[in-house]
Amino acid sequence: MTDLIKKSAADLAAMLEAGETTSVELTRACLDRIAAVDGAVHAFLHVDAEGALAQAAASDARRAAGTPASPLDGVPIAVKDVLATEGLPTTCGSKILEGWIPPYDATVVTKLKAAGLPILGKTNMDEFAMGSSTEHSAYGPTRNPWDLDRIPGGSGGGSAAAVAAFEAPLAVGTDTGGSIRQPGAVTGTVGLKPTYGGISRYGLVAMANSLDQVGPVTRTVLDSALLHEVIGGHDPMDSTSIDQPLPALADAARLGAAGDLTGVRIGVISELGGEGYQAGVQQRFDESIALLVKAGAEVVEVSCPNFRHALAAYYLIMPSEASSNLARFDAMRYGLRTLPEGNDDPSAEDVMRATRDAGFGDEVKRRIILGTYALSSGYYDAYYGQAQKVRTLISRDFEAAFAQADVLVSPTAPTTAFRIGEKLDDPLAMYLNDVATIPANLAGIPGISIPAGLAPEDGLPVGFQILAPALADDRLYRVGAALESLLESEWGRPLLAEAPSLVEAVNTPGASA
Amino acid sequence: MPEITRDEVRHLADLARIELDDAELDHLAPQLSVILESIASIAEVAAADIPPTSHAIPLTNVFREDVVRPSLTAEQALSGAPASEQQRFSVPRILGDEQ
Repeated sequence: MTDLIKKSAADLAAMLEAGETTSVELTRACLDRIAAVDGAVHAFLHVDAEGALAQAAASDARRAAGTPASPLDGVPIAVKDVLATEGLPTTCGSKILEGWIPPYDATVVTKLKAAGLPILGKTNMDEFAMGSSTEHSAYGPTRNPWDLDRIPGGSGGGSAAAVAAFEAPLAVGTDTGGSIRQPGAVTGTVGLKPTYGGISRYGLVAMANSLDQVGPVTRTVLDSALLHEVIGGHDPMDSTSIDQPLPALADAARLGAAGDLTGVRIGVISELGGEGYQAGVQQRFDESIALLVKAGAEVVEVSCPNFRHALAAYYLIMPSEASSNLARFDAMRYGLRTLPEGNDDPSAEDVMRATRDAGFGDEVKRRIILGTYALSSGYYDAYYGQAQKVRTLISRDFEAAFAQADVLVSPTAPTTAFRIGEKLDDPLAMYLNDVATIPANLAGIPGISIPAGLAPEDGLPVGFQILAPALADDRLYRVGAALESLLESEWGRPLLAEAPSLVEAVNTPGASA
Repeated sequence: MPEITRDEVRHLADLARIELDDAELDHLAPQLSVILESIASIAEVAAADIPPTSHAIPLTNVFREDVVRPSLTAEQALSGAPASEQQRFSVPRILGDEQ
């Protein structure tokens, strides 16, 4: 049974196809693992054992009848709690949505159900996806399976930790400034943000519409491609959805896994590395580059001078959009309603103020106030207007860089996982975690993080980021799968095989802080 | 150097309809100042002739046929409401005393 939960989704799909296991057995194994370790990890905010087992039984019936709904039919999945799931609580990690049960499914969830993937539950996240550590969840932090005293990244720390802790073979995340890729990096898993518009945002509770994207969270590159093919593609319910077919993603991953990169041009972004990057992160990154060269890739250095303004542009655009989006939490139509104290006859506005104070956490308040400031008259041109121009400059930097290289690479995050609590009250230090991932969101291009080894100084996972031009998500899978297979043949096994066995941590009193 | 005062934060919170007490203002105002300082450099970066980008992937209006599609029932739409009455959202009074 232990073996079952550690297998890749691709292997599990093959076993289901061959009749070597059933979806019910598999789903039960995941639920057992969740019961055993999630008390310590806290990747899940809600587990739907009954629903998942019912979906698994239906999947087994389809397989028995020879009519599977998709290649992944029967492989269980976890869903970030920012995607609407009909009948299952959806809180976005916020008190303001505690107990809210959506009356509809996000398109991504509709597609998962249609493809037959049993939904194990909803994963923890920074409140409204605002954060890089999952410490801003109103329901308590998720812990990193590699070291339970450390953060699993964020905002999608729950999805990444669920996959890293073998609680689920697959998960779905969202990425506005790095919330899929940075948790992937610090938990030794694979996380991909597609081209903006590549996966539907319908039913995704918006933080920053022009930046948010849904994407796969997995343990292998091929699994990411298989899941991407299930949840991606055009959706008429999302007006920013790209109306053309996805490139062949799983094929690209299979091609890459052969390990030959002859003729592929790889650009190392000089602004994303060196100073400010942990020594072990830089070392593992450099070693990966050497492997890519050995595999036949041509490596060039590229400069993107405007990236130094990316963080500032992001922290103007994102809060501006977030402050507008979160205006919908007004205590009238859904979510929390708190009555102000000492007011016998409060107006709607009084109730709104009291509710938003009680229902939002500090980080959400910081960003709403910042966004309100950036959008206020007198400041609009100097801040929001300028940030939008910087966005143009960053896209131009990417254009110039992609003229010299097929993909661009950098470390995913400047450091390995830090300790829980370390940066909680220092917003700026927290924001710096996303310095290498944010440019892709601003330019709308796709990016993937794959495990590049453990930093020698702390034994924690390091992520390697690959970026491609818009619509060329397949390049990420080709180069990502190549690097994954080159690294794994050096190590002799996948990186996650090095992760501590959580069951011992859970069973040893006091071991999990 | 832009600075954001405690009173400004109170005013912005008011615009954003968030009731902040004194302790929260003490906590948040200095943090917001630091954040603002770090992003202020952006005011000098881009020249006037740089066009702004609102969405990285160029968008055009998307239309659909004007036909009735299934949607939420009244019960579903009201299912998450803090209070409802006669198939409607029930809300506190809209006007203040002075109005």
